[in-house]
Amino acid sequence: MTPHPVLSPAALELVRRARRERSTGMPAWRLEARHGVALVVVFLCACGLAQAQVDAGHPSIAATIWKWTPLLARGFVFNLAISFLAMAIGTIAGFFLGFAQISLLPPVKRGAWLTTHFFRNAPWLVLLFYCMFLLPFQVTVLGVTIPIPDWSKATLGLALPVMANVSEIVRGAIQSIPTAQWESAASLAFNRRQTLWMIIVPQCVKRMLPPWMNLYAILTMATVLASIVGVNEMMTQTQRALSAENRPGLLLAFYSYVLIWFFVYCYPIARWTVRLEARYAVDQ
Amino acid sequence: MSGDASTALAPIVELVDVHQSFGSVDVLKGVSMRVAKGGVACIIGPSGSGKSTLLRCINGLVPIRSGSIRVASFDVHRLHTDAEKIALRKEVSMVFQQYNLFPHKTALENVMMAPIHVLKENPAEVRGRALALLAKVRLAEKRDAYPGELSGGQQQRVAIARSLAMRPEVMLFDEVTAALDPETVKEVLSTIRELVGEGMTCILVTHEMRFAREIADDVHFTDDGTIVESGPPAELFDHPRKERTRAFLSQIL
Repeated sequence: MTPHPVLSPAALELVRRARRERSTGMPAWRLEARHGVALVVVFLCACGLAQAQVDAGHPSIAATIWKWTPLLARGFVFNLAISFLAMAIGTIAGFFLGFAQISLLPPVKRGAWLTTHFFRNAPWLVLLFYCMFLLPFQVTVLGVTIPIPDWSKATLGLALPVMANVSEIVRGAIQSIPTAQWESAASLAFNRRQTLWMIIVPQCVKRMLPPWMNLYAILTMATVLASIVGVNEMMTQTQRALSAENRPGLLLAFYSYVLIWFFVYCYPIARWTVRLEARYAVDQ
Repeated sequence: MSGDASTALAPIVELVDVHQSFGSVDVLKGVSMRVAKGGVACIIGPSGSGKSTLLRCINGLVPIRSGSIRVASFDVHRLHTDAEKIALRKEVSMVFQQYNLFPHKTALENVMMAPIHVLKENPAEVRGRALALLAKVRLAEKRDAYPGELSGGQQQRVAIARSLAMRPEVMLFDEVTAALDPETVKEVLSTIRELVGEGMTCILVTHEMRFAREIADDVHFTDDGTIVESGPPAELFDHPRKERTRAFLSQIL
């Protein structure tokens, strides 16, 4: 229920944090501006160190990074594409699974619970490998051979844990609506389906949005896992750039650079999530 | 004339020896009562005596273990499917202690929802009726307000209008003034008083003894899952027969 109105701001923050962690089922991380500052400092130091090691005749560190940036950016776009797709697939599937978790039919309910918890607790990387190596590289339908590219398998592999987490977000939000709302709907002769769609779910959207956005940010950062299975995303491109340059001094500078890209993308999402949470906490 | 008298006496709600339990706890231990059409029954008694459960049994929210409940043409104890219970609840509406309005809908939408989606009535007609009902509970100007923007008394009156929009035969009121401050209690009670004046059959669980004395045809004093004593208010309040009733009334009057 609502936090007590006279709680101090610090206690409120704790309540919010606890709720967040319950809804995502994992410790909440929260990007802050100082994390970005720290990243930039590390990046600049790494560049400075690398610059000191540059031999005469080689281009400067800044020029090297700039040279590779278009390639890295193309990889980053791939990360984003995978994150959008995996989030879309995972959200749709997760909604069905979440509703199945509150089904009145025991087998459906139990099956959904099992599926949710299996995919939610399995390591993301293991799921990724499963999808990579268990799915065929092509399928033949009616004599037409359709190749299944690696990136689509990676997307599916990432969509599975997203699905399971969305399922829990949906179930948690529905169950967080006071039972009095169900009772009052039943007294007005609404049936279960009407009650869910007209009364319960509309009240859930606000509660689901912040953990859902949190999940998206986590997913975006997890897309680099796809590099391990050979998808051409930013991490893979970075490794290529580094091996082409063959200068060990560049390692730290390049990886900090990649981190900054992800920070710049995820930080606004994190801030927006915090704002939404604060707004909804007041509304309730 | 004799026809009038017989319809006035025919019970629209009749409970016979109703038993109900949650797990091993017996909540109702053989409750019987009758409410005539257009009659007003008030149920009083200490907390935990099963008053609210009794109301919830009448509209099928809580299943009973044994006994029988008849409401209008329904044998409530024989209703098992959702569809059967929904048919009953179109006739029996309930107002709750905590109002339980739908927070994402305006006052007007709260009143209009069930007639449109449950009774499948014409939205334009429902709108007209809903506006009239909001005017009746003196909240016409609050029709576009969300529940969060209304006071407790205002929310409760919207809840009453919402129930009335279903045109029920029987209204159940579950301690509807218990969560309100003393000043707003009056506005809710006068709304109920008007309803009773119009001939609505009402069953109220209440702690407002003066109000019960004023409007009830019968008062039922419950304790520990049974009806200890029933009777017209003047009798029950002024000349309680049972020791337990006397003890309870002396505590609160």
